[in-house]
Amino acid sequence: MTDRAAVDERLSEVLREERGRLTAALVRILGDWDLAEELVQDAAVAALEHWGTDGIPRNPGAWLMTTARRKAVDRLRRQARYRERMELLTREAAQMSATTATGGPMEADDRLRLLFTCCHPALSREAQVALTLRTIGGLETPAVARAFLVPEATIAQRIVRAKRKIRDANIPYRVPDAAELPPRLGEVLTVLYLIFNEGYLASSGEASERRDLARDAEWLTSLVARLMPDEAEVLGLLALMRIHLARADARFAQDGSIVLLRDQDRARWDRDAIEAALTVLARAERMGRPGSYQLQAAILAAHAGATTWEATPWAAIVALYDALARIEPTPVVGLNRALAVAEIEGAAAGLRELEPLGERLDGYHLYHAARAELLRRDGRAEEARASDMRALALTDNPAERRLLQERLGVQPSV
Amino acid sequence: MKYMMLIAGSEDAWAGRSEEELKALYGRIGEWWDEQERAGRIVEGHELQPTATATTVRIAQDGSATVTDGPFAEGKEMVGGYGILEVADLDEALAVASTWPAPDALEIRPIVVRD
Repeated sequence: MTDRAAVDERLSEVLREERGRLTAALVRILGDWDLAEELVQDAAVAALEHWGTDGIPRNPGAWLMTTARRKAVDRLRRQARYRERMELLTREAAQMSATTATGGPMEADDRLRLLFTCCHPALSREAQVALTLRTIGGLETPAVARAFLVPEATIAQRIVRAKRKIRDANIPYRVPDAAELPPRLGEVLTVLYLIFNEGYLASSGEASERRDLARDAEWLTSLVARLMPDEAEVLGLLALMRIHLARADARFAQDGSIVLLRDQDRARWDRDAIEAALTVLARAERMGRPGSYQLQAAILAAHAGATTWEATPWAAIVALYDALARIEPTPVVGLNRALAVAEIEGAAAGLRELEPLGERLDGYHLYHAARAELLRRDGRAEEARASDMRALALTDNPAERRLLQERLGVQPSV
Repeated sequence: MKYMMLIAGSEDAWAGRSEEELKALYGRIGEWWDEQERAGRIVEGHELQPTATATTVRIAQDGSATVTDGPFAEGKEMVGGYGILEVADLDEALAVASTWPAPDALEIRPIVVRD
């Protein structure tokens, strides 16, 4: 007998890693998403029973796959129309037992295929995010709901609708061919980065599920990096996430308020993790296909390499923002560039750079917060205060609100 | 698998085009259509007369019919034609629609097949 708690713990560990793989393989074979998920669930229930009495198998992932396949055969036996699929199931099961490892290249492909389906442009962004976390990330629907602060029924409905569209509109399960790949991979990376930011921007006071999203996104991205090792932008995004995470501990004060980069205790950055992320970034850069994520990671790397705020290589950072603006000429890139310029040429120069962006960024709280900071440095306290008020009115994030309120609190009243 | 490709565009934009522009555009559309038909990706389709010629018949709960002048809904984009696609999956349907040679919007909907 194995201790029940030990079985539970090991099973949830294994499921975290294997759920996406199992579901993806079964979806491919059966063409039925719901059935695939049910079978994985059945296999997990069987694991709870058997592992308790027979002990935890040496290769739990393979055990779950074998069990899920057997259950699929049981279910399909009665249904003649599934005959072809059943043949495929039994044939692959035979091949499976011939190879001992869980994750042959075939199954790796299954997950990748399913990820491209989850992030298909014919699905809404919300559905892409929910499906990816649920299916590839192995998160249960309630966990997805808590992470996005959305009612569980809403997430469940998004997932049901998306699956229905995948089935009825016949969205294929496949990795797009070379011609389609760049935009489709871009779609996948956008979803992963969005999930990451959802978690990373969450304040320390929020539910841990929400903050865990950043780690989930990093895990998913590292999976894509393993499956598509020659895609420079995948590695760029992975490096970007890992540098962020390496500095995560220094981002919040004990009371949960945000600590700005300028004020962070750099001794609390995880130097080893940063070094490892830089190795990933260097590998991406050697491929000679620059892209937005690599450049953003390079900017973070430049910050991470400085031992103090004063030692920040601002000229290099401005040059990186220029390169980024050529690929992605967005006003937000312009905003960040202006802040770097202000560090070199002074607040007034930064404000001049901000000026032309005002119209397009008027609804963006960080524009007003950044402008307030530069105005204050330029000795224009009253205007600074007005900008901080505008920023405060535009954000719901509790940690950001607190920071802005503190700023406004220490300002002399007008 | 069969999909309906509804082709919608701004009627004002179409009406505002010069004779030469229209000739060039229809020339490109004709070539495109022939190519898709030869490849077996379009099995059928037509251009429709403008919505000024449309009549809508609405059937009420009690089965009575009311006839009104005009299309279903007034909007910027009006359906001006359709094609029935015969392709493997949505990706192929989207690939076909993405090469449509005029500045229109195309809606792709799977056709219901009853067993």
